[in-house]
Amino acid sequence: MTHSILPLTLDGAIARVRGKTLVGPVDLQIGETGLTIVMGPNGSGKTTLLRLMHGLQRVSGGRVEWAVPDGMARGRQSYVFQSPIMMRRKVVDNIAYPLILHGVPRRQARSTAAEWAARFGLGDALDRPAPYLSGGEKQKLALARALIRQPEILFLDEPCANLDGRAIREIETILQQAQADGTRIVMATHDMGQARRLATDVVFMYGGKVHETAPAPDFFKQPTTAEARAFINGDIVE
Amino acid sequence: MNDIAQGTIDAFRLIFTLDPDLLEVVGLSLRVTVTAVLIASLIGLPLGAWLVINRFRFRRQTIAVLNALMGLPPVVVGLFVYMMLSRSGPFGVFGLLFTPTAMIIAQVIIITPLIASISHQTIRDLWAEYHDLLISLNTSRWQRITALLWDGRRALLTAMLAGFGRAIGEVGAIMIVGGNIDHSTRVLTTSIALETGKGNFAFAMGLGFVLITLAVTINLLMHSLSRTERASVW
Ligand SMILES: Nc1ncnc2c1ncn2[C@@H]1O[C@H](COP(=O)(O)OP(=O)(O)O)[C@@H](O)[C@H]1O
Ligand SMILES: [Mg+2]
Repeated sequence: MTHSILPLTLDGAIARVRGKTLVGPVDLQIGETGLTIVMGPNGSGKTTLLRLMHGLQRVSGGRVEWAVPDGMARGRQSYVFQSPIMMRRKVVDNIAYPLILHGVPRRQARSTAAEWAARFGLGDALDRPAPYLSGGEKQKLALARALIRQPEILFLDEPCANLDGRAIREIETILQQAQADGTRIVMATHDMGQARRLATDVVFMYGGKVHETAPAPDFFKQPTTAEARAFINGDIVE
Repeated sequence: MNDIAQGTIDAFRLIFTLDPDLLEVVGLSLRVTVTAVLIASLIGLPLGAWLVINRFRFRRQTIAVLNALMGLPPVVVGLFVYMMLSRSGPFGVFGLLFTPTAMIIAQVIIITPLIASISHQTIRDLWAEYHDLLISLNTSRWQRITALLWDGRRALLTAMLAGFGRAIGEVGAIMIVGGNIDHSTRVLTTSIALETGKGNFAFAMGLGFVLITLAVTINLLMHSLSRTERASVW
């Protein structure tokens, strides 16, 4: 058994673009188990925080460290983007792509991908061009593609932002299953209901900073900051 | 007027009787140009992709130079290749001057910038779309290039056809480095020039028809490909 890449530690981590600080400094630890929900108003830095953790956003100050060297941690995490990125290939080839990158022979990668597609309700769409899928199907494809490598941690950036109830329910089921299978999940959402259904702990972002962190039950029952309280109550928080 | 009518009739006779001289010339044209397109694509397509995904100091300048090289006058390229390959030139020992190989070299120099430049534009758009995903999947540089080339293959085929169109109709460089030697380096364009000069309008027109047919076919193919490119996502 190889060493887990978790916990992930952010120590005074800052994301800066052209001299402007978008997020940080952030001190935060993502432990080995659970489903962390990142909440906060629009523009509060949820996306930037996730990108910072995953390595898509350059760390301009402080540290973002995994329990193993960066090079080893890179391939053991996945990320699902807010608007799913569809490669101009068939559904099955999209899902198989991460395996092919890892040197799995094409035939084997495709048959594994077909199994995953079926599990995610895309079994009938294998040969369809991915860019033509519906919004919900695209997001399920993105999830299958992210999970097929069996990452230790999965980041999701508002994966249900543009979906209807049924698609949201399907995706939440998939996420709960992944969590039960031992995948660490960090997910941004501003859907309060979703946060309550899924979260084990909450990171509340406000103005580019981590404003409050708490186990989910505490956070929803007794938020300590006024902004988090207002946000939970559905008031407009700027 | 009569000349033209007679020439047209003779030309079609040559085409439909599959005149061996005509076939030889057409064959060499295709061989030289197709080889040049393949070599230029092997260089130009990955080069275009490489320029997209690599940030280096003189990147913008390199791309500007590449775009400028698209306008290279073929005659000057011919002259340059001639000097390189002539007996006193640096590559004179290979004895390539006045061979089809020399013609291929000249054509590769002429169309590589064109293919690389179209490839660069295509890949740049695709990279903007794929960037986050490919970074997130921890891809190597080479994996990025191959993914972009493969998924952009339709548009890249258009780039290759554009190269073909330019090369098949080119005469200046080919004439200089090939020498238009009968049964050896004579191609469509150079023999049209020659036969016209000699007053053999029928043969010249027959060759002209074939050349136009080739060029039109390629252009139609490009057009329909770029339409499907726009209509579909690949
Ligand atoms: N590449 C960028 N350049 C400049 N500003 C950015 C960039 N990305 C995000 N921002 C800004 O950073 C802030 C946080 O954005 P984001 O992380 O997307 O917030 P959220 O996901 O919570 O809506 C916003 O004010 C946004 O406009
Ligand atoms: Mg966001």
